[in-house]
Amino acid sequence: MSDDKKSPAHADAWQQLRSLTSARIALGHAGTSLPTAAQLDFQFAHAQARDAVHLAFDHGALAEQLAGRSRETLTLQSSATDRHMYLQRPDLGRRLSEASAAQLKDYAAAHAEGFDLALVVADGLSALAVQRHSPAMLERVDEMAAAEGWSLAPVVLVEQGRVAVADEIGALLKARMVVILIGERPGLSSPDSLGLYFTYAPRVGLNDAARNCISNVRLEGMSYAMAAHKLLYLMREAWRRQLSGVSLKDDAQVPVLEAGEGSRPGNFLLGG
Amino acid sequence: MSFSHSIGGMVWRFDSLRELMAKASPARSGDFLAEVAASSDAERAAAQMALADVPLKQFLTEVLIPYEEDEVTRLIVDSHDRAAFAPVSHLTVGGFRDWLLGDDATEASLKELAPGLTPEMAAAVSKIMRVQDLVLVSQKIRVVTRFRNTVGLRGRMSTRLQPNHPTDDPAGIAASVLDGLLYGNGDAMIGINPATDSVSAISELLKMLDGVIRHYEIPTQSCVLTHVTSSVAAIEKGVPLDLVFQSIAGTEAANSGFGISLEILREGYEAGLSLKRGPLGDNLMYFETGQGSALSANAHHGVDQQTCEARAYAVARHFNPFLVNTVVGFIGPEYLYNGKQIIRAGLEDHFCGKLLGVPMGCDICYTNHAEADQDDMDVLLTLLGVAGINFIMGIPGSDDVMLNYQTTSFHDALYARKTLGLRPAPEFEEWLTRMDILRQDDGGVRLGQGVPPLFRKALAQLN
Repeated sequence: MSDDKKSPAHADAWQQLRSLTSARIALGHAGTSLPTAAQLDFQFAHAQARDAVHLAFDHGALAEQLAGRSRETLTLQSSATDRHMYLQRPDLGRRLSEASAAQLKDYAAAHAEGFDLALVVADGLSALAVQRHSPAMLERVDEMAAAEGWSLAPVVLVEQGRVAVADEIGALLKARMVVILIGERPGLSSPDSLGLYFTYAPRVGLNDAARNCISNVRLEGMSYAMAAHKLLYLMREAWRRQLSGVSLKDDAQVPVLEAGEGSRPGNFLLGG
Repeated sequence: MSFSHSIGGMVWRFDSLRELMAKASPARSGDFLAEVAASSDAERAAAQMALADVPLKQFLTEVLIPYEEDEVTRLIVDSHDRAAFAPVSHLTVGGFRDWLLGDDATEASLKELAPGLTPEMAAAVSKIMRVQDLVLVSQKIRVVTRFRNTVGLRGRMSTRLQPNHPTDDPAGIAASVLDGLLYGNGDAMIGINPATDSVSAISELLKMLDGVIRHYEIPTQSCVLTHVTSSVAAIEKGVPLDLVFQSIAGTEAANSGFGISLEILREGYEAGLSLKRGPLGDNLMYFETGQGSALSANAHHGVDQQTCEARAYAVARHFNPFLVNTVVGFIGPEYLYNGKQIIRAGLEDHFCGKLLGVPMGCDICYTNHAEADQDDMDVLLTLLGVAGINFIMGIPGSDDVMLNYQTTSFHDALYARKTLGLRPAPEFEEWLTRMDILRQDDGGVRLGQGVPPLFRKALAQLN
């Protein structure tokens, strides 16, 4: 697109503003409509987000990767049997299927001493996020747990899972703490955002007030290191105070590196 | 009381008006999730037939949520205007639909009727109306409101410029504001969803918007969408605040989940009035609503989500709002599954709100896990434009980078202006012409060449 006389689309004269925001500004216009290039860029971003929602969770590949570093896994299903049911019935995604609950009970019966920490990975709304970010994230959490001397349950992989399914899993495993790594609702420009939810003393029926959340883990968002740092802070505090959720504030002291913050021009619409 | 309908050799029974309303509601995922929906298409159609035979007066004696338990029910019952209701008081729900479609229902008669209608009556009749009925009747109604400009006049449609930024960065917000203004958007308001919800953070944003509006003499109003109690706190600190925002729902319990009550809303409204910032009028509340909010708070009392939504408009109209916005597709597919459900819900909400005398706008939107896309939004935008919607959203390229959903773009608004001949609010249109940003005459919408001189100075600072 250019202002060349041959081009039927017009560029906007305020291109320099594009460096100030990730919003889709200065897109130009064809007539008064969106020019072809901007229209197709949008469609591609939407297609990526849609694909992320509907991509199947390749739990086999993840289990294999974890086996590579001798990490045991259990693969379970929620009560939502397919994607369409999952999207319409959040209640079903929060509970294990009967067969999976029985399987986990059997495992727990053989490990009656329980665990300090259980890690759960669920597809949530973006299997893409899980595929891209959960191996590295799990490795960091495992290292943290080892350093703290916490005993670890096998990594539980859940198909069609929502956040609260971790509470049922944690309770069945008699885990003192549970962390679920789950694919977040994809944004148009963020199809692979991973969320971490942490619960102390998990049990069925807890609500969001009992959990702590670390959101937007992805290359363009929160780094693995930062997420691990925040999570470790939360878990140490929870371990000490024996609670999680709203009364456990995220006061983690984190090194903030906001590149070029000092050089941001501020509200340039008002002079100086 | 119980209701029944016989058809096709079957007798269908419904134990209460609440059950009948829910089963007569066109199919949507949220009612299935709440387990109040009809169990088959035939049961739904039979329920619609039974509902059509219910006298409108029945809604005055059989409330869906008990009077003693719910202050929204009390507001609906206590504020009902029997004299205004008189012209339709002899009708059934089905007869009311016919009346609305007929020539006795005019802009003037519908305006007089509004205080005589309860939200449940509006919801009931909407359930037996097709899309074209919802459009045709809405189109007769105008609800005009005023603050720093005039919104809702016939032949006009306004936009809320929504310059959200993931970290509330002033430069990033200013960039989206300028982009929107230069595409002729922003007459309903310039309204920010803040990423940081502290009183000091929202105060900075309000000062920024106030400064921009005054410096460029833009005939519009500002809003930062924070909790009503935070707006009151900002007002008490002397922050320049135009519109007072709050999310509302149709039951006391759901409102309680939002941390509000009618009393808290009244305090917000009075705080806003105390500033006397609207030169043209005192409409200053901005409410957002959406089907499914009561169910998601587990506060629906077995009432279907569309009826709960209509009850929210009874809350809204009590406070003379400047604008009410149904954020129709934001809540997700467990409440409205696909484009078809979102489109119908948007038109129902607009119809019910307008019938009740509420200045309705719509955030024509969807999330990426809903079965919907830009084509669905184009359909809803076009239909709502024809139906006479007061305002829609305008954001850069349909992509809200803060809230992670898709809504109508600056360009989308110009599409509706061009195809439907809809102009901005008159005061804002005059400003756009004066600034040489956008001109609209018969059949044409033309953007100005380049950047107007006043804004060129702002851009030059960045070099």
